[in-house]
Amino acid sequence: MDFASAQVIGAGLAAIGVGAAAIGVGNVFGSFLESALRNPAAADGQQGRLFIGFAAAELLGLIAFAVAMIILYAR
Amino acid sequence: MSAAGKIDPMHQFTVEPLAPLHVGGYDLSFTNSAAWMLVTLAIIFGFMAMGMKRQLVPGRWQMAAEGLTGFIDNMVSVNIGPEGKQFTPYIFSLFTFILVANLLGLLPLGILGLHPFTSTSHFSITGVLAVMSFSIVLIVGFWRHGLHFFSLFVPHGTPKVMIPLIAAIEFISFMVRPFSLGLRLFVAMIAGHILMEVFGSFIVSGFNAGGALGPAVSIVSFLFIVGVAALELLVCAIQAYVFALLTSLYLNDAINLH
Repeated sequence: MDFASAQVIGAGLAAIGVGAAAIGVGNVFGSFLESALRNPAAADGQQGRLFIGFAAAELLGLIAFAVAMIILYAR
Repeated sequence: MSAAGKIDPMHQFTVEPLAPLHVGGYDLSFTNSAAWMLVTLAIIFGFMAMGMKRQLVPGRWQMAAEGLTGFIDNMVSVNIGPEGKQFTPYIFSLFTFILVANLLGLLPLGILGLHPFTSTSHFSITGVLAVMSFSIVLIVGFWRHGLHFFSLFVPHGTPKVMIPLIAAIEFISFMVRPFSLGLRLFVAMIAGHILMEVFGSFIVSGFNAGGALGPAVSIVSFLFIVGVAALELLVCAIQAYVFALLTSLYLNDAINLH
């Protein structure tokens, strides 16, 4: 296998992490909504924590994207 | 595919010198990045100046400015408490700068021949913002608590046996903060702009390819890019909010040791 095709395959494999982060982000908002509907009075106070969880989950997906870009444009 | 020309999604992030200036071997040129940061500053300044007329009965503009300041003030007082009042100006500057810089990069000024540059899409900018937040946390922490600040690395009620391990983990998670702060913002901006560039070029090359399939691809790409543009507006706001929120949380750690 030559370098260029290995590079493209590697970048594609690295992009799987973005999908995994999508599961994580969905999980954060899904769990929040589920519990917010059970106790709507307490929901507003937890919005900060919601975004912290979102930021942590999203960061890992973005790192996967950065790795894919580094592999794709490596020489 | 090769006939249509290769897509270069990274070209939009090039920093070009507008007014070259070299001092003693250092490149101090006035770049397009600096120019768009000045535009950001001018917009924020204009917005606040228009809203700070202090009328007894606030107009629409004053309500908008008061809503923005009230939002940040509320965030700081909820996350830090009454002692956080002095950091409100810093958090406010961070939030507005990042928000306006993000939104400026999305402006469709390309049809006028003007290339909007997203200054937050470079790690040199977001990294400096992150290091600024991190050093304020360090300075405030050591100023208020002295060497007692290191108790941040050992949460209350940790068993004696676990202290070395917990302290190491807490230390690493503390030192990673400036990187994660800066990296999140810049990668989110880069990713969104690359996505829009790639699908935008699909529209053009789809019509150029002709046939039955080409225009179909173009139309699907166009519908997709409308959705992505809306998502990008949301991401711009969320990233600015997350940056300000995390900064205020880290400040909370430094002020009220946990």
